[in-house]
Amino acid sequence: MRQEHYYVPQPMPWPIMGSTALFLMILGGVFVMNGASAGWISLALGVVVLLYMLLRWFGDVIRESEGGKYGSWEDVSFRWGMSWFIFSEVMFFAGFFGALFWARAMSVPDLSSLLHQEMLWPGFKGLWPSAGPGFAEEFTPMGALGIPAINTLLLLSSGVTLTYAHWGLVNNQRGKLNLFLFLTIVLGAIFLGLQIYEYAHAYSALNLKLSTGVYGSTFFMLTGFHGFHVTLGAIMLTVILFRCLAGHFKSDHHFAFEAVAWYWHFVDVVWLLLFIVVYWL
Amino acid sequence: MSAVLDTHGHADHGYHPGGIMRWITTTNHKDIGTLYLWFSFIMFMVGGVMALVIRLELFSPGLQWVDPDFFNQMTTMHGLIMVFGAIMPAFVGFANWLIPMMIGAPDMAFARMNNWSFWILPFAAALLVISFFTPGGAPGVGWTMYAPLTVQMGMGMDLTIFAVHLLGMSSIMGSINIITTILNLRAPGMGLMRMPLFCWTWLITAYLLVATMPVLAGAVTMTLTDRHFGTTFFNAAGGGDPVLYQHIFWFFGHPEVYIIALPAFGVVSQVIPAFARKPLFGYASMVSATAGIAILSFIVWAHHMYTVGMPVAGQLFFMYATALIAVPTGVKVFNWVATMWKGSLSFETPMLFAVGFLFLFTLGGFTGLVLSLAAVDIQLHDTYYVVAHFHYVMAIGAVFAGYAGVYFWLPKWTGRMYDEALGKWHFWLSVIFINITFFVQHFAGLAGMPRRIPDYPMMFEVWNKISSVGAFGFGISQLLFLYIIVSAIRSGEKAPDKPWEGADSLEWTHLPTPAPRHSFHTPPVLK
Repeated sequence: MRQEHYYVPQPMPWPIMGSTALFLMILGGVFVMNGASAGWISLALGVVVLLYMLLRWFGDVIRESEGGKYGSWEDVSFRWGMSWFIFSEVMFFAGFFGALFWARAMSVPDLSSLLHQEMLWPGFKGLWPSAGPGFAEEFTPMGALGIPAINTLLLLSSGVTLTYAHWGLVNNQRGKLNLFLFLTIVLGAIFLGLQIYEYAHAYSALNLKLSTGVYGSTFFMLTGFHGFHVTLGAIMLTVILFRCLAGHFKSDHHFAFEAVAWYWHFVDVVWLLLFIVVYWL
Repeated sequence: MSAVLDTHGHADHGYHPGGIMRWITTTNHKDIGTLYLWFSFIMFMVGGVMALVIRLELFSPGLQWVDPDFFNQMTTMHGLIMVFGAIMPAFVGFANWLIPMMIGAPDMAFARMNNWSFWILPFAAALLVISFFTPGGAPGVGWTMYAPLTVQMGMGMDLTIFAVHLLGMSSIMGSINIITTILNLRAPGMGLMRMPLFCWTWLITAYLLVATMPVLAGAVTMTLTDRHFGTTFFNAAGGGDPVLYQHIFWFFGHPEVYIIALPAFGVVSQVIPAFARKPLFGYASMVSATAGIAILSFIVWAHHMYTVGMPVAGQLFFMYATALIAVPTGVKVFNWVATMWKGSLSFETPMLFAVGFLFLFTLGGFTGLVLSLAAVDIQLHDTYYVVAHFHYVMAIGAVFAGYAGVYFWLPKWTGRMYDEALGKWHFWLSVIFINITFFVQHFAGLAGMPRRIPDYPMMFEVWNKISSVGAFGFGISQLLFLYIIVSAIRSGEKAPDKPWEGADSLEWTHLPTPAPRHSFHTPPVLK
C-alpha cells in the first residue's frame, strides 16, 4: 500500500555551514596556490567546519532513519538520488578519460606529423607513452604487471567480500556481515597503501611525476582522482561498519549500506578501465 | 506500509525561525524558489550593468571609458554571471516553485539538499566579485575560459575556477533533486505523460545538467592543475593540446545551451495554451522533440570550433548533426503555433512575452542554422553575428520566457495581481529596445566586426551607436519590471484562485491563491 505522507524535514543550519566551509577552503586554497601561506589558516578552518557540518548533517539523517522516519517512499528517492550522483561521477571521470584518449589518439601523434614539425620539434616520434616534444628528461612509464595487477585483484576481491557482507545483512547473519565488511575495508586500505607506494616509486625511481608531460598529467590525475574516490569509499564503508556494530540496519531497511556498496562497485569499475587503458595498453 | 508517524513533521508545528534565519535554514520549496528568483534577478542586474559598460565603451570607436583589459573582464564576467547566475537560477527557481505543485507533491524530494543547492550560489557569486579585487583583476578570458589564456591569468582565474566548481555542485544537486521529485513524488494518477510539459522539459534539462556539469568541472580542474601543479593537458610542449580544452568545454557547453532553452520551452508551453484556451497541441510530440533535442545536443559540440582546425569529415558530421536539431525545434515551434490556431486568444502580459519569445527565439534559431554551416561559419566565427545569434536565443528567448513565467505565476505565488497596463508597457519597451540592441549586430557581424574587442573601425560606428542606445533603453526598462513586481507584492489587487481562464495544471485547479506554505500534505485525488 502506498505511504500517506512523505517525510519533509525541518529547517536546519547545516547547508549554510557547508557553503561557508567551502568558501573558506576555496579562499584559503587560492591564497596558498598563489604563494600566500596565510591561506592555510582559512583552508584548515574550512576543513574543520566542513567535517563538523558533515558529522551533524549525516548524524541527523542517521537518527531519522533509525527513528523510523523513512518508509519505502523515501527509500525510492534515496535510490534515485544515489544513482544519479554516481552517474555524475561517471561523467566527471569521462572528462579525464577523454583527455587521455585525445592525447593518445590526436595531440601526440599530430605533434610528430604536422608539416612544420621538423622546424618546431625535430626528431619527435609521437609514440605513446610520451611526455611531449618539449620534455627533456628520461622517464619510465608505469607497467601494468606487479602492483597494478595486484591492486586489480584486491579491488575485485573487495567487491566479492562486500557482496558477502550484504548477504549477511539480508539474512540477518550479523557476524558474517561485520566480518566481511571489515575484510572489504582492509582490502581497500591495502589497495591505497600499495597505491601510495607506487606513487613514491614513480617519483623516486621512475622519474615519473605529475609534471612529466601529458603522460604524467593523465596518469596521476586519473589514478589520483580514483584513489581519492577509493579513500572516500573506504571512509564511508568504515562509517557503515561502525553503524553495523552499533546494531543499525534491518534486513529489509538498509539503503545506506547499499548506497555505499554501489559507490564501491562504481569505484571498482573505474579501476578496471584505468587498469586497461592507463596501465596496460 | 503504514503512514509515518511524525509529530514534528509538517504543517505549522515544527521549528520555524523568523526573519533572516527563515530564509537561511528553510527547507520549503516555495521559500527556496523565491530565493532563487530574487538571486537571479539581482545577478541579472549585475550582469546587465556589465553589459552596459561594454555598450558604453562600444558607443564610439576608439578607447573612451575603460581600458581593454577591464573590457575583457567585463565580457567574461557578463557571460558567466548571466549564464550561471541569472538564467539558470531563474529556471531552477521556477522548477522549485512549480514542480511540486504541478505533480501534487508535498515538497521537493530532498528538501535539505535543496537548501544547499541555493545557498552555494551566493558564495560562488562572491568569489566572482572578489576576483575583481585581486592582483590582475578578474580574468579577461571570455566566459568560455579557453586555454592557454586561462593558464596565464592571475589569481582571479583561480577564484573563477572554484566559482565554477561551486556552481556545478549547485546545479548537480538541484538536478538530482528535480529528477527524483518528478520520478518519485507524483500523485497517484499523475502519469508521466499527464505531467504539465514544464515538468518534462525540466526532467530532461536536469538529465543534461547531471551529464555535463561534471565534465565542465573536469575541464576547469585541468586548467587549475596546468596553472599550479605542472600538468600539461593544454600545453603542446608537454604533448597536450589547447584544442582539447575546447572539445571538453563544448561537450558541456552545447548541452548547456539547451539547459537554458528547454525550461524556457516549458514555461512557454504552459503559457500559450492558457491564453489560447486550448490544450497544448501535440503533447506527445513535444515530449519526444524535447528528448530528441537533448540527445542531439551531445553530438554537435564541435560546431563551435569549425575554425580551430578539424578534418573535413568532422566538419561535415557536426554540420549535419547541428542542422538536424532544427527538426525537433521546428516541431515545437509549429506545435505552439498550432496551439494558438483557432484558439480564443487574449493577450495579457504573459502571453505577449510568450508570443514575443516565439517570434524572436525562432529568429535566433534561424541564425543558428546559418551558423551551423561550416563554410559560412568560417566567415562569421567570432563576429557580432554570433553575438546577435546567441543573444536572440538567450537574452531574448530565455529572458522573455522567464518574464512570461513570472507574470503568469505571480498571482499564484503572491496572491496579488500585477498592473496589467504597466506589464504591457514593460513588454513593448523590452521588445523594441532589445531588437534595437541586437538586430543591428547581425549587420555589424556580417560586415566583419569581431566580438570581444573594445575598439573598432569607423565603418561599424552607426550599428554600434544604435545598439548601445537600445541596450541602455532595455536596461532602464527592466527597472519598470522591478517596480511592477514590488508594487504588486505590496499593494496589488487580490488575485482569484484561477486568474487565467485557460490554465489547467494542478497549481491552478487544486490550490488556493496564494499557494499555501505546504501544498499537498496528502496527494490530491486525480481523475
